[in-house]
Amino acid sequence: MIGTSHELCTMPLPDHHRDMEDYGKGVARWCPGCGGHSILAAVQRVCKDMQYPPEKTVCVSGIGCSSRFPHYMGTYGFHGLHGRAFPVACGVKFRRPDLNVFVITGDGDCCSIGAGHWVHAIRYNMKMVALLFDNGIYGLTKKQTSPTSPLGTHSNTHPGGSVLPPINPLQTTLGFANVSFVAQTTDWNPAHLYATIRKAADHPGLAFVRIVQRCPVFMRDLYGDIASNPDELIYLSHEKGINVKPGVAKTFKNVLAHDPTNIHKAREYAEITDGIPIGLFYQNIENSRYDDYGAYNMGMSNKVKQNAMEDMLDQYTIRNSIT
Amino acid sequence: MDNGSVSNQIISKRSSVKPKRIDQAIVEIVSDSGEGAQKCGQSLGAISAQMGNGVWTVEIIPAEIQPPARSREGASGIRVRIGSKKVTNMGNHADLVVALNEQVIYGRLRQNAYHKGTIMLIDDRWGTHEVEAIRHQYATALKEFRALGIEVHEIPMEPECLKILPDTRKGKNMWVLGMLSYIFDRDLGKAEEQIRSIFKKKSKAVVDLNIQLLHAGYVWAVDNFPLHYTIPAMEVSAEQVVMNGNQALSLGVMAAGIELCSMYPITPATSVSHHLAENIQKVGGIVHQAEDEIAAIGFAIGASYAGKTPVTVTSGPGLALKTEFLGLAVMAEIPLVIIDVQRGGPSTGLPTKVEQSDLLAAIYGEAGDAPKIVLAASTIEECFHFVILARKLAEAFRTPVILLSDANLATGVQPFPRPKIDTDWIAPPNDQSPWQEGIKPFDWDPQTGLSKRPIPGQKEGMYTVTGLAHGPHGRVAYEPEINQNSAESRSRKIAAFQKTLKPPVIHGDPEGDLLLIGWGSTLGAIEEAVDKGRALGLKVSSLHLRFLFPIVPGLVEIFSRFKKVITVEINYSDTPGDPMITQENRRYAQLAWYLRAKTQCDIDCFSNVYGQPMNPGKVLEMIKKEIANHKSSHVTS
Repeated sequence: MIGTSHELCTMPLPDHHRDMEDYGKGVARWCPGCGGHSILAAVQRVCKDMQYPPEKTVCVSGIGCSSRFPHYMGTYGFHGLHGRAFPVACGVKFRRPDLNVFVITGDGDCCSIGAGHWVHAIRYNMKMVALLFDNGIYGLTKKQTSPTSPLGTHSNTHPGGSVLPPINPLQTTLGFANVSFVAQTTDWNPAHLYATIRKAADHPGLAFVRIVQRCPVFMRDLYGDIASNPDELIYLSHEKGINVKPGVAKTFKNVLAHDPTNIHKAREYAEITDGIPIGLFYQNIENSRYDDYGAYNMGMSNKVKQNAMEDMLDQYTIRNSIT
Repeated sequence: MDNGSVSNQIISKRSSVKPKRIDQAIVEIVSDSGEGAQKCGQSLGAISAQMGNGVWTVEIIPAEIQPPARSREGASGIRVRIGSKKVTNMGNHADLVVALNEQVIYGRLRQNAYHKGTIMLIDDRWGTHEVEAIRHQYATALKEFRALGIEVHEIPMEPECLKILPDTRKGKNMWVLGMLSYIFDRDLGKAEEQIRSIFKKKSKAVVDLNIQLLHAGYVWAVDNFPLHYTIPAMEVSAEQVVMNGNQALSLGVMAAGIELCSMYPITPATSVSHHLAENIQKVGGIVHQAEDEIAAIGFAIGASYAGKTPVTVTSGPGLALKTEFLGLAVMAEIPLVIIDVQRGGPSTGLPTKVEQSDLLAAIYGEAGDAPKIVLAASTIEECFHFVILARKLAEAFRTPVILLSDANLATGVQPFPRPKIDTDWIAPPNDQSPWQEGIKPFDWDPQTGLSKRPIPGQKEGMYTVTGLAHGPHGRVAYEPEINQNSAESRSRKIAAFQKTLKPPVIHGDPEGDLLLIGWGSTLGAIEEAVDKGRALGLKVSSLHLRFLFPIVPGLVEIFSRFKKVITVEINYSDTPGDPMITQENRRYAQLAWYLRAKTQCDIDCFSNVYGQPMNPGKVLEMIKKEIANHKSSHVTS
């Protein structure tokens, strides 16, 4: 830039550099040891790295422990109804392509009461990052079986153990029409968690990330051992996948090469139950996006609108009606 | 073929017969589904409106798309009331009915659509049908109809149409239109224009064929039919438009500058979104068909939170599904317009028939205390203007606004003065200027409860909407007084709006023996009955409510000037004297229930749920009975 005048620089310069603090608000009220804390830190870091203007960023959630998330972000937020984060988020984005949208939803919110919207939000494929905080239990209502609770989970609604096999959110999402991005990560591997959300933020469509999350209060046993043993994770590796620094990658003993453009393999690996596969299962950047359709025809002038209205009324006007 | 010269020849042919002048005619066309009776009737209505007549149409729609042929329940058709004055309702009995078979007439007789003297023009094909049972049914029916005093004319529609068409299931309707055009002295040129307009997406061959049928029907009537009437045009001072209520709602949405309609298909509201889907892109908008009713309002709320006020269009079952989100919109103070085109309920109810049963659901349907604005349009013209009003109110008072219409207005066609489009009606662009620091997102004015909302994109305005109890800063509240204070603010702003309302205008004298109160599409029927009652010397007046919540001021004072007050509604109420019904357990019609609670006046009700528009004759009977009862009880006491 030396020697060129300021006016010649066509790139708009940011008002100022934003730090992590610009994306935080208040003190998160999740239980100590809850996976929510590390996810919050990862999202704030992604926002900072992307230098998203906080006023142009909206976090939309449903109801549940995870859905308190927007209250802890320094952005705009919408803490709505149980199961209904997706319709609200899609409505936010439809006519506001300038906004960066995060959807925060839990396993009960997304896979049970809001399951219908989940199918369609994937199909709309509007550019946003959807984070499924999956701890396999209803926390805020105090330990009821969730649709992702493993078979036999003892809960207050199934004291003798749950009787149905759980929904596999990856397998399910990979079956929806127009799916364009499916990844999995865990709350206890901050480097991979960050890299996954960062990759999701770049995706031109709906990036669906299932975060395997610990609930230290109600599901201490579910991921307790796994979290302390990196060997339980299966690292999906590919140049087009989610890549962590070599030092971090080295810590994964189980590595599976997977090309994320291959949906058939993605569906096969989504069914792995022996260990937790983490990484990018599937990505397709060519899928149609409903937000492209929604942003059509915006910003028309009042004069044009008025003329169009007059033309429309002409069609209903009785000719020679003045006697 | 040059249609113009043909129509001139036809017109010159009938000039020797002078038509009889009448003030109005109620005409029905009834058929099996799929025979085009509605298209025929709508065209007759449109031609008449083009000629300057007052018009009101009501569609007769079966619940199924193609119910079995020749069934009483499958009656499909339309009523068209044409007058020399403004027509505001469907009237009482039909003066003339065109029937494409005799069975469908039974369905209409059950609804008391005809009486002694009604002229029936029936397709005579059934009298010579190859199946004996059908011939027998037809002969029996005609005997029964004549016994009722109906003047039956058997018309050779089938052979006449077969001269032009290989299959008469499609096309006979335009032959009928031709016949009716002669009988009621309709302008043949306008009829041709109408055919060109309704078939504008079809080939020239289709248009020509239909015009040929129109001419054939017209000529047949000139040569063979004895009756010939004319209905002079009304005097109007302003340019008129003619459309149905759902078209008016759609045009209102666009005139209001609403850029998003988020909907899910539901009868009888869907055609609003059809009209929008075809047109809203011309004014920079878009229709979103959501995956369900809940998502439709959720999407609208998300869009409103991030920008301009959208609309969602639904009917009773959809309104029920939307209640949780409506509660959120009240709690989070998100502007939104919800149009409810009411139908019969509860549950799936009567999807294609009119009812006014969503009033209390609209006002009180949500869990918790959820005050919002509820309006009802009572004419097709109001369907247009009230959407514009609803959007402005939603934004000014930061609230959802429910606009009630109904199945009667939805498909009814009526002329009204052409709106003068005003760019002030259009929603302003999103405010993206920096938010004023120090102003909280729910900075409730202690006097009015009003506050201004930040919109994403506004710097320093960042806040989180929540359906949880929250204080002025928008954060989840843990202090007990915050819930009380925020509920007060949300209630107070509705009261602030109520302060701007004026007492309703009384139709008739300001005092008397009986006051009728209505809301919604019953306006025309009530006022017609009141006018007739007053012409008979009865001291009856009426008033019609447009603002249901909050309620207009001055009602108690108005009620005190009448000896009796009765609401007229199309919803259910118990009838005193029926088994088990006592004064203690009697359930009142919805507006009556609501006004009794609001005014503590002893308000009675006249209501039913036959799925039919309010009939002015029935209202007049009630007026006479009520005034006579009151007089006799006064004498004896």
